[in-house]
Amino acid sequence: MPTAQGGTLYRGREGMWSWVAHRVTGFAIFFFLLVHVTDTALVRVSPEAYNAVIGTYQTPIMGLGEVGLVAAIVFHAFNGIRIMLVDFLANGPRYQRVMLWIVLGLFVVTMAGFLPRHLMNVFGGH
Amino acid sequence: MSGATHGTPAVAERVGTLDAPRSPYVRKRTTRGNYELYSWVFMRASGVVLVVLVFGHLFVNLMVGEGVKAIDFAFVGGKWSSPFWQIWDLLMLWLAMIHGTNGLRTIINDYAERDVTRGVLKGLLYLAFTIVVVLGTLVIFTFEPCPVGADPELLASFCTA
Repeated sequence: MPTAQGGTLYRGREGMWSWVAHRVTGFAIFFFLLVHVTDTALVRVSPEAYNAVIGTYQTPIMGLGEVGLVAAIVFHAFNGIRIMLVDFLANGPRYQRVMLWIVLGLFVVTMAGFLPRHLMNVFGGH
Repeated sequence: MSGATHGTPAVAERVGTLDAPRSPYVRKRTTRGNYELYSWVFMRASGVVLVVLVFGHLFVNLMVGEGVKAIDFAFVGGKWSSPFWQIWDLLMLWLAMIHGTNGLRTIINDYAERDVTRGVLKGLLYLAFTIVVVLGTLVIFTFEPCPVGADPELLASFCTA
């Protein structure tokens, strides 16, 4: 594998950093998935075992973790659609940069819809 | 061999010999197949479906009602007593695991430079894939929403009805 002295940097800017973010969020989501399937499998052990473990997801700290998880998923989903548009539209590559800003706009809108509701559920007086 | 059966001059395929003058160019067949192309297509096809499946999953489990606070054994029992959610979750499990495993395979290929490191990491990855997919599939299809002898307080309402 070729290596360069002093490391390598791709061309930077929106194209590279969206690629980095896609990779990092995908990596994180995959490991959550491994944990999530395993914790859900506890329904085969007993109702008590499942409730005990899922109860730890309902604490404030994990509630903030879920914010991070949803943020990672929402970015990965919207940026994934952008990648497909870049690949399949004739003019896709020309608009990759503006499409990233659309992705980030949709990300903000989606999180603005999710956050108040979720934080009220986690931190509200139940 | 293959060259002769495809009607191209066998002599051009033999290693260490010169092509006959003005013989047509015969492109060497790759021995790798189109695996990476199919993997590229799969990432996009599964990605589109996963956007719908995962967003639906997150909406129903985190946004409706009391969100994450409402999730317990009875909640899962209520969902998986319906074939609709069983198929939904099964599809999501398989697509997400293949999509994610293929993504991690790419990451490992990019960054693990030594053959042994790459082999070990991918071995672990495929082991994790197999365990999680088999476990998840079994759970979805062998799940009992109203286990005998369980505390009725912890079960879905239809168990005691």
